[in-house]
Amino acid sequence: MSWINESGPYSGIVMSSRVRIARNIAGLPFPSIASLEVSQKIVDMVRKSILESNSILSRDFDFVPLRNLSDVEKYILVEKHLISPDLIDRAEVAAALINHNEQISIMVNEEDHIRMQCIFPGFQVDKAWELLNRVDDIVEESIEYSFDEHLGYLTSCPTNVGTGMRASVMMHLPGLVATNYINSVLHTISKVGLTARGLYGEGSEALGDIYQISNQITLGPSEEEIISNINIAVRQIMENERMARQALMQSNRLEFEDRIWRTLGILKHARKLSLQEFMSLLSQVRLGVDMGIINGIDVVILNELMVKCQPAHLQAYIGSEASAEELDVARADRVRNELSKVT
Amino acid sequence: MLCQQCQKRPATVHFTKIVNNHKTELYLCEECARQKGDFKVFVPFSINDLLTGFLDMDKTAVPIESEGLLRCKTCGMDFMQFRKIGRLGCQDCYKYFAEELTPVIKRVQGGIKHNGKVPRRAGVGLRIERQIQQLKAQLQKAIETEAFEEAARLRDQIRELERQLGQL
Repeated sequence: MSWINESGPYSGIVMSSRVRIARNIAGLPFPSIASLEVSQKIVDMVRKSILESNSILSRDFDFVPLRNLSDVEKYILVEKHLISPDLIDRAEVAAALINHNEQISIMVNEEDHIRMQCIFPGFQVDKAWELLNRVDDIVEESIEYSFDEHLGYLTSCPTNVGTGMRASVMMHLPGLVATNYINSVLHTISKVGLTARGLYGEGSEALGDIYQISNQITLGPSEEEIISNINIAVRQIMENERMARQALMQSNRLEFEDRIWRTLGILKHARKLSLQEFMSLLSQVRLGVDMGIINGIDVVILNELMVKCQPAHLQAYIGSEASAEELDVARADRVRNELSKVT
Repeated sequence: MLCQQCQKRPATVHFTKIVNNHKTELYLCEECARQKGDFKVFVPFSINDLLTGFLDMDKTAVPIESEGLLRCKTCGMDFMQFRKIGRLGCQDCYKYFAEELTPVIKRVQGGIKHNGKVPRRAGVGLRIERQIQQLKAQLQKAIETEAFEEAARLRDQIRELERQLGQL
């Protein structure tokens, strides 16, 4: 049940729910200053904690040392949200453990010794945390964590100390963007300790009207409080998004439907598509599908298409080093191909 | 409809302001709306930038010269270095830089006391402490409802846990 090719609760607006926690191993220097030797030892410890555990949960993990991967392979993992770009910067000493259905991934030697995450399709943050909590317990069976009674889990950066937890919900908000309410929504969530980022993390722009809503504070509230805070905000944003979509459609239904069908037309026939154009066209089509205007296409197909048309996935699809223009051509090619199967 | 301000671009933003039951409506284009400054334009930025910002704010509190001397005895990281990269060297940095870090943590985080998950290995003491707190609350309730047998049982449990805590 990966976030990319399965649907989940409220998939029309919520694309995925992800929870990650940061952990460090007691008594060892943090990755920023750890020697090659210590880093290798950390990789071994974490690998064993999972692969040699008796738990059923840990059976289907792949161990992936980053230095064994090509650049394209590494960025494919980033585009699937299984590892972070920061992990790639430390490829020499970094590794990941990823389970077969790609719900759980454990990064080793990123900013902290261990960064583990669980990612589910749709709106189900609680479930993601429930599973992640169990993985955390499995690792802790053989590894002692850096922990302070007052400060909680100690992390390399004080912005993660405490629970070490970042819960983040990826939302598709074309209604709020089109009605210009998005800025006031983002402004409001910042007042309750939440923050919004684009599709690919910190600093990335909000391509395709996609926003990731996550908690900023990690120390003070418990894990459950952090999640319930996020859940309340997401439910409200979802409600606002629905109202905005309705308002858009009602203000001029013909105009609205015409624009969505035209967008689908471009996607189905274009001969080259930049990432930015593709993402914004896809956003409109996704909106049309969720509003019941376009039938026969599932949002899951669109999520898959979105990931398949990111640069590294396309590079792998072409098979050889491609220029920016070649990528745009390949993107249009792939979109036409996939959409001709369903419409 | 054209923007009421510039009369050039199409109006895409609709403002409704209600002051003392008096409603004013305004149709603007995005650019004029932005210039009006009634709503903020979203600029994503990194949490780490924010942290470094807070550290800089504290420059006045800690004179630069003394900072160089602040050093973690376990990993050798000094506070200047931390300020530059925004990452600590090891778990003990939290101890050696406590005086400088605490106000920063207070500002970027909600509190300075962890109330979340406690690891089974490293957090034995804290687990017991929390259990005692819970039992004490139950004891209070038992006394209020005059369930004295229950209260006695709880009191014994608390004593036992306090004894365990003392031995750690």
